[in-house]
Amino acid sequence: MMRNILSILTVVAAIIGLWYLLCIPMNMHEATQQAQRAGAEVTPATASERLQLGGIALAVQNPTLWPGAFGQDRPRLPSPDQVVAELWNTTGAMVLSGRSMTKRSLVFHGWITLSATLLGFVFGTGLGIILAVGIVHSRAMDMSVMPWAIASQTIPILALAPMIIVVLNSVGLQGLIPKAIISAYLSFFPVVVGMVKGLRAPGMMQLDLMRTYNATRGQTLWKLRLPASMPYLFASLKIGISASLIGAIVGELPTGAVRGLGARMLTGSYYGQTIQIWSALFAAAILAALLVGTIGLIQRRTLKRMGMQP
Amino acid sequence: MNDKTPVIQAKNLDLTFQTNDGPIHALKDVSLDIMKGDFVSFIGPSGCGKTTFLRVIAALEEPTGGSVTVNGMTPDEARRARAYGYVFQAAGLYPWRTIEGNIRLPLEIMDFSKSEMRERIDRVLQLVDLEGFGKKFPWQLSGGMQQRASIARALAFDADILLMDEPFGALDEIVRDHLNEQLLRLWDKTHKTIGFVTHSIPEAVYLSTRIVVMSPRPGRITDVIENTLPRDRPLDIRDTPEFLEIAHRVREGLRAGHAYED
Amino acid sequence: MNAAARSFGVSLPGFVLLSTLGLSLADGSGLTGVAIALAAVVMGWFTIRALAEHFKTQRWARLAAPILLGVLILVLWEVTVRALEVPFVILPPPSAIGSKITNSMPLLWADMVQTVVKGALSGYVMGCGAAFLTAISVDRSPFLKRGLLPVGNFVAALPIIGTAPILVMWFGFDWESKAAVVVAMVFFPMLVNTVAGLSETTAMQRDLMHTYAATYRQTLFKLRLPAAMPFVFNGLKISSTLALIGAIVAEFFGSPTLGMGFRISTSVGQLALNIVWAEIVVAAIVGSAFYGSLAMIEKGVTFWHPSQRG
Ligand SMILES: Nc1ncnc2c1ncn2[C@@H]1O[C@H](COP(=O)(O)OP(=O)(O)OP(=O)(O)O)[C@@H](O)[C@H]1O
Ligand SMILES: [Mg+2]
Repeated sequence: MMRNILSILTVVAAIIGLWYLLCIPMNMHEATQQAQRAGAEVTPATASERLQLGGIALAVQNPTLWPGAFGQDRPRLPSPDQVVAELWNTTGAMVLSGRSMTKRSLVFHGWITLSATLLGFVFGTGLGIILAVGIVHSRAMDMSVMPWAIASQTIPILALAPMIIVVLNSVGLQGLIPKAIISAYLSFFPVVVGMVKGLRAPGMMQLDLMRTYNATRGQTLWKLRLPASMPYLFASLKIGISASLIGAIVGELPTGAVRGLGARMLTGSYYGQTIQIWSALFAAAILAALLVGTIGLIQRRTLKRMGMQP
Repeated sequence: MNDKTPVIQAKNLDLTFQTNDGPIHALKDVSLDIMKGDFVSFIGPSGCGKTTFLRVIAALEEPTGGSVTVNGMTPDEARRARAYGYVFQAAGLYPWRTIEGNIRLPLEIMDFSKSEMRERIDRVLQLVDLEGFGKKFPWQLSGGMQQRASIARALAFDADILLMDEPFGALDEIVRDHLNEQLLRLWDKTHKTIGFVTHSIPEAVYLSTRIVVMSPRPGRITDVIENTLPRDRPLDIRDTPEFLEIAHRVREGLRAGHAYED
Repeated sequence: MNAAARSFGVSLPGFVLLSTLGLSLADGSGLTGVAIALAAVVMGWFTIRALAEHFKTQRWARLAAPILLGVLILVLWEVTVRALEVPFVILPPPSAIGSKITNSMPLLWADMVQTVVKGALSGYVMGCGAAFLTAISVDRSPFLKRGLLPVGNFVAALPIIGTAPILVMWFGFDWESKAAVVVAMVFFPMLVNTVAGLSETTAMQRDLMHTYAATYRQTLFKLRLPAAMPFVFNGLKISSTLALIGAIVAEFFGSPTLGMGFRISTSVGQLALNIVWAEIVVAAIVGSAFYGSLAMIEKGVTFWHPSQRG
């Protein structure tokens, strides 16, 4: 356990170190520009000559100007500390000053995205489980619906998102619902496929045992198939919730929405606010991690109580 | 025939596995010399450390006490000198290679020439009665055929020391008899040193020059029985009084090990 | 056979007749048309049930059932949309989408080349290749592997698609930025799968190589890589879908006036839904063809694996 943590920390530290290192060539053009304006010596001397050079070459020729690559207003690549500071300023600091639900707060934008994600996820998984139960019990559904559910995993159904947003917008539906629909169908298919596998997990012997009890199909479902499917359910819930979140974020792109994490990324990219994009991206990543982590926690608890995991 | 130089020398060997349920003494104070050209059988109840002992000899397991030398080297040096042909308790063939491909595997690793490979593959396939199955994949063969293929794989590169862990356990009596005969003939011809784990008393007596009886908890050697049968052994030697006499002694040894347990 | 003949004798002609009827008098027929379509759906479903009942083991039935379901949905969609005169800007009928596809072949082709061949495929090859090589190079260090596996799993669950605006900013509007997004999306899933696959050997297989005193390279090429192939292909298949999604969605953040994502986002804005649907159909075909060909190669390479033998 300790060794694992040490390994993970090393990898993470290496990534952060690389990130800092990458900041230098990425932001060198701007750094030399600023230094020159401040009256410093820069090689090569003119901006157009510098544009001919790559970031690395420029960094090598101006080693004294490296500090200027950090802390810029609109860097091409913000440094980790800038992103963390921005994240803190738009979350923790805002909560502390009681402005957590204002337009500049990522807590606010995160909540907008999260609410659509959760609403869609609940509907998507609910319907997915119901359909999976249907598929397991009806051969006709198994033969006709299942191939489509599997095929849906191989095609970029996310591409439907803009159309759903715009069409629903044109009939007057805005905000939460259209995004939730996207989240719902993105989590729906993985749950169907995973749950069908899970509901079929009990072996022939276990099913035969239920038959010797003369158990009804409902009893077999509740007492055997559903419990046996739990590991599969949680595995697909984790996939489903990440898909839902991505759906909600992408759903915020097409209409020029101004609220939500996706909208933050989009406006950030319009105005070249790289720090804003990065902090929205990290907020989304943290949100995803929290959601998947929560499901993992519930999974551990549930499976433990059911005795399926030590 | 036992007056030659020892190939394998184990002295006061200890091996303790640290498990979550506390330490398991798989081997305790095991000392044994195996001479060049010896055919040593290991027999004993399940869990008495037979597999573990073979694994220590082949440098697959590190003893926690005592010493082993193989040809005067450490087991690991002997391994790197490619001294071992090992037949595992299960066939363990690679499913993505044909039977021939599996037999070719050690030959590829040891850089044999193409023609040499061909010749050896044909020879060992014939030895284990699998001619015509070379192009099949392992999962297309029965368990016993797979086990024979794994024996062929161990024989293919002519290691000096053959370590066989219940190689014939999964086979029917007739095939087993046949392979026993083949193995004896091979051993007679090549003067290999063989360590052989079995649960069958007749098999142990029929094949070996010495029979090592082991008992569990902790795993140790309780008896070493010299086999006085002549080296030339037709199958029906198993009905002779000499044979039955030795088998009886082995059984007594096994009983004694069990009694110790109670 | 008699029972089969009886159930097919009613449902199949019923489905064909009702469908033809519905399609021929669809336009503006209002609820009558919808009722006929629903009746056709019921008949179609009975046909599928008859198929499942009497021909469940036949190959052709396994193929016919999902196709029939697809036809059924298309009929319902076509008749309902035309009967209720649903505006094109909300939902065009399949026939309109079909004719749009046949009419705009050159455009769709050019978009496909831009997005799939230039963006998705190049990024896919680079990303998967880099991940594969990374996996092999960290393979010798258990320390790094222990750290990389959880970090990789974590990153693979994050909404990487959010890096699109940043990468578009860095690499410009053309396909290079799309390829970069695809690289970012496929790298970690592929890495995690390959790393996991490389440790997928049994103790006995490794012991065997040990008794041969095989070198690291020999063990890698003769044992661990072949044993890893099922996992590698799993990574490749997951990545193929991600690559298409990445390339399409990245175009929402900026692209030349070409590409499937560009076409979808701009046409949605102009409410030209025909072409949007056409692009989605193309995406679906490309996606499943890509996935299907990977699955076929997989069958050839991992023929020995129990999942392929069954
Ligand atoms: N890797 C291991 N970790 C922990 N304990 C082990 C390990 N390998 C073997 N043991 C234990 O060591 C003891 C001896 O095992 P070994 O496999 O040598 O028995 P065996 O004589 O070959 O039995 P069998 O006839 O059933 O094959 C057993 O109690 C076993 O549980
Ligand atoms: Mg054993």
